[in-house]
Amino acid sequence: MSDVAYGEISRNGLWNNNPALVQLLGLCPLLAVSGSVVNALGLGLATLAVLVGSNIAVSLIRHQVGDAIRTPAFVMIIATFTTCTEMLMKAYTYELYQILGIFIPLIVTNCAILGRAEAFASKQPLLPAAFDGLMMGLGFGAVLLVLGAIREIIGSGTLFANMDLLFGPVASNWGFELFGDGYGFLVMILPPGAFLVTGLLIALKNIIDSRQQARLAKIKTAPLKGSKRVRTTGAIQ
Amino acid sequence: MARPRSSSPHTHSPRSTQWLMLQVLVATVPGLIVLTRLFGIGTLLNILIASVTAIVCEAAILKLRKRPIGFYLRDYSALVTAVLLGLALPPLAPWWLTVTGTAFAIIIAKHLYGGMGYNPFNPAMIGYVVLLISFPLQMSAWLAPAGLLTDGPPAAAPDFMTSLQIVFMGNSIDGFTAATPLDAFKHNSGLLVAQFYEQTPQFAQGHWAGFGWEWVNIAFLLGGIYLLARKVFTWHAPVGMLAGLSVMALFNYDGGSSTSHGSILFHLLSGATMFGAFFIVTDPVTSATSHRGRFIYGVMIGVIVFLIRSWGNYPDALAFAVLLMNFAAPFIDYYTPPRTYGHSKSGTIIHRSKED
Repeated sequence: MSDVAYGEISRNGLWNNNPALVQLLGLCPLLAVSGSVVNALGLGLATLAVLVGSNIAVSLIRHQVGDAIRTPAFVMIIATFTTCTEMLMKAYTYELYQILGIFIPLIVTNCAILGRAEAFASKQPLLPAAFDGLMMGLGFGAVLLVLGAIREIIGSGTLFANMDLLFGPVASNWGFELFGDGYGFLVMILPPGAFLVTGLLIALKNIIDSRQQARLAKIKTAPLKGSKRVRTTGAIQ
Repeated sequence: MARPRSSSPHTHSPRSTQWLMLQVLVATVPGLIVLTRLFGIGTLLNILIASVTAIVCEAAILKLRKRPIGFYLRDYSALVTAVLLGLALPPLAPWWLTVTGTAFAIIIAKHLYGGMGYNPFNPAMIGYVVLLISFPLQMSAWLAPAGLLTDGPPAAAPDFMTSLQIVFMGNSIDGFTAATPLDAFKHNSGLLVAQFYEQTPQFAQGHWAGFGWEWVNIAFLLGGIYLLARKVFTWHAPVGMLAGLSVMALFNYDGGSSTSHGSILFHLLSGATMFGAFFIVTDPVTSATSHRGRFIYGVMIGVIVFLIRSWGNYPDALAFAVLLMNFAAPFIDYYTPPRTYGHSKSGTIIHRSKED
């Protein structure tokens, strides 16, 4: 097991192959409920739980389930975990459950989860599969959180409002107003705002990536010290 | 006699983008004068704020994108966007409203899509729609046209100092606002159109389509005719839009019963009809390309404007109609390629490539 590249898995989940920014999977809940931090965090955690659970289960049964019936089996597993999560949220965070509404059961249809089950968990042993679920879920949740924060700040001028829905009464005064009463930039709360901010985040990621690449290329092409003989048969590696 | 050998395009025109944009700016003057006469200097302030914002945003983004700043600023396209948005916003809109709308129009609707000539949506209308759905309260605060008699003394356009205070200090403008004719008409419940006209001051004191607003529309029509005469654009899109709107109005105006939707004249001279037909629909970048395509594009905008005015939530609909048809413009282009020289038919692109 020592040859499993956990660093690679976490880099992929959080950045290089981020479900929301690169694979562009699960955009429906991402765009629909990221109007505030508390909604985003609620859905992010729910998705994370389902993703880890389904990855573990899929990995465990990977030798028993044949190719022909694997998709229905995966969907059944994901649906089971989603139902569990839904019931848990209903029990402990009822108000948030009501706000998120249809988007909790819709976690079943989140392609990121089925995609991970299919592409990774069904071919890997338990630990890497669970770790991949965790990292992909964190990557998805992080984007959701950033999106929720940006939209909440610009859209309604608050941050961390209503966090008590998720963390109980202890969090009832976590929220703060940034621009005073009466502020509101409705378009950011509405779906167009979600598309806009997601687009800008993807652009930002691409900018960071291309800067990084340019820096790497610069290091690679820096003149080598040593022999200055003219080579005519290709570049020095 | 030696002649220069010439290859296509065979029409040479000394016209530059700059010249076209200047013509558009000149053509807005009649409308601007009427708006100022009716509502005070509010519209001028809008245009001033929008222009400054547009130029600053344009220059900043061009610098970021490493494009020649002077070259693109001198084509006046940012200025035209700003002026059109300034004309469309309610006079005496608070300054931050104008700044937000203009910045959104220039930065997001224009430059994020590639800048001048690449934007699929009309930037001014994007700015307008963003403001309309974000700040419905401020965006519906239209002033009563100067001279309108309501219960009290005749409405007067707010004077210079008051206007400045309202725009920059955020003083309340409740005392000046009144429903626009389109607004008023939308809330007609159960009266015959003739009765309703008699009872509503906006219509009782107007000639054809509501006090003040009919003149705004006529002024923009004049500006539009000037642009047509200078051949800045062809007649297809504006005439198409006015025709689409008129036909819809004709079919839904049953002589003025309580459920009818306003006469042709009412629709033609209300709200943003003429402004839209000659200054928004004619945008060469975001509309369809061929003459036939532009006509269809215009007709559909007219139809959608009528649909939203009559059955939608908003009193006027030009911005939404234009944006929806901006979406459809490539689709229209796909089915309306002009006939190429030497070919008899111009079907769709698919059909023609089969013939070849």
